[in-house]
Amino acid sequence: MTAQLSADALTLFRGERCLFQGLSFALNPGELLLLEGRNGTGKTSLMRAIAGLIEFEDGDIHWQGKPVRTNRQSFYGSLVWMQHRVGFKADLTLVENLRFETHLRAQSGQDFEEVLKRLDIDRLKRLPMRSLSAGQQRRVALARMLLSSVPLWLMDEPFTNLDREGRALVMNLTTEHLDRGGMCIMAAHQDVEIGGNVQKIVLQ
Amino acid sequence: MNTEDESISMFSGIAGIARRDLLLAWKRPGDVLNPLFFFAMVAALFPLAVGPSPEQLKLSGPAVLWVAALLSMLLSLNSLFLSDYEDGSLDQMLVSPIPLSALALGKTLAHWLTSGLPLVVVSPVVAITFQMPFSVTGYLMLTLLLGTISLSLLGSVGAALTVGLHRGTALLSLLILPLAMPILIFGARTVSLVASGDGVAGGLYFLAAYAVLTLSFAPFATAAALRISNE
Repeated sequence: MTAQLSADALTLFRGERCLFQGLSFALNPGELLLLEGRNGTGKTSLMRAIAGLIEFEDGDIHWQGKPVRTNRQSFYGSLVWMQHRVGFKADLTLVENLRFETHLRAQSGQDFEEVLKRLDIDRLKRLPMRSLSAGQQRRVALARMLLSSVPLWLMDEPFTNLDREGRALVMNLTTEHLDRGGMCIMAAHQDVEIGGNVQKIVLQ
Repeated sequence: MNTEDESISMFSGIAGIARRDLLLAWKRPGDVLNPLFFFAMVAALFPLAVGPSPEQLKLSGPAVLWVAALLSMLLSLNSLFLSDYEDGSLDQMLVSPIPLSALALGKTLAHWLTSGLPLVVVSPVVAITFQMPFSVTGYLMLTLLLGTISLSLLGSVGAALTVGLHRGTALLSLLILPLAMPILIFGARTVSLVASGDGVAGGLYFLAAYAVLTLSFAPFATAAALRISNE
């Protein structure tokens, strides 16, 4: 049986520099792929390339056995991406920003208020995003992931700007997502304490 | 997922992003009012410089109003995708299952509603300074209505191509202006012809056809340009 998400022999160049060559991995439901490596080794570039924003020099990514290159839309229907720039509008309130997200991808139908309460951002509902701290904005990005119903989570440095409770929360939420049969690709500096099926790729 | 579901979500995507951009415009009225103010200023200052002769004003009115409208549209285009690019919303749009061309169309719709439509609405007031008769003003509004639709759509392609460049304004104008020339020529000329009592159907048909043409290709070109710019 083929893996849900598989990559063979990926090669990626940025400018003249080769970030990696012949990188392969396979991800199945309930598995976490952890990308490690020092700053500038290409974790974010790999993430952007998996999301299809950068072209691989060589190699292909397959989602459910079909190449992503030619089935972009169905792949995008299955993922949600948390990146360094959270992608919210500074002038709109938290609720307005999250309401816009409901137009972009399928929703899990989880109770909106409960998700906000769990992430400890329910007091900030009426505030514009610009008045939230960086860590609070990351929490709103987590709310976007929880509210959407997709199997694949791409998380680029999810622990940045979060306090100790926030980091524990990210690990708990990811573990729950994996337990539900979800998949996650995470780039992180910190030690990640997530049980279960973890693969590691260390970029040099 | 069947095709019916997809079309529903596509329209909800267009409506959703248009609604978000209108809400943003409402919260930052300066972005909408600046180009409009520019249009009104040019049109109000020109008669002062030319002098009070009614014949001369009547003659130059359509041309000046149309040039001012074109430049005012260019002024507002630069920021069309810029904030989305900077805060990461563009990345989120790129990885959404809604086709990017649909989202681009939604953004262009919001842009037209906040820049093109206000021009059409204030143009009769501004036209008074050029002694434009009431019967001609209607045609001015009609040509501006059709012309600004094309300008918004063409402009979205240029804005998408230049979004990753710093200070892309000059390049944006260079890219857009050649394609916008027919709109300016037919728009201004049609209004002049009405003023001199000639037939105008040809000019209006051309503007309408140009709007349909840009509507059919601009969203796809914008989507392709956004993918390139965001690499």
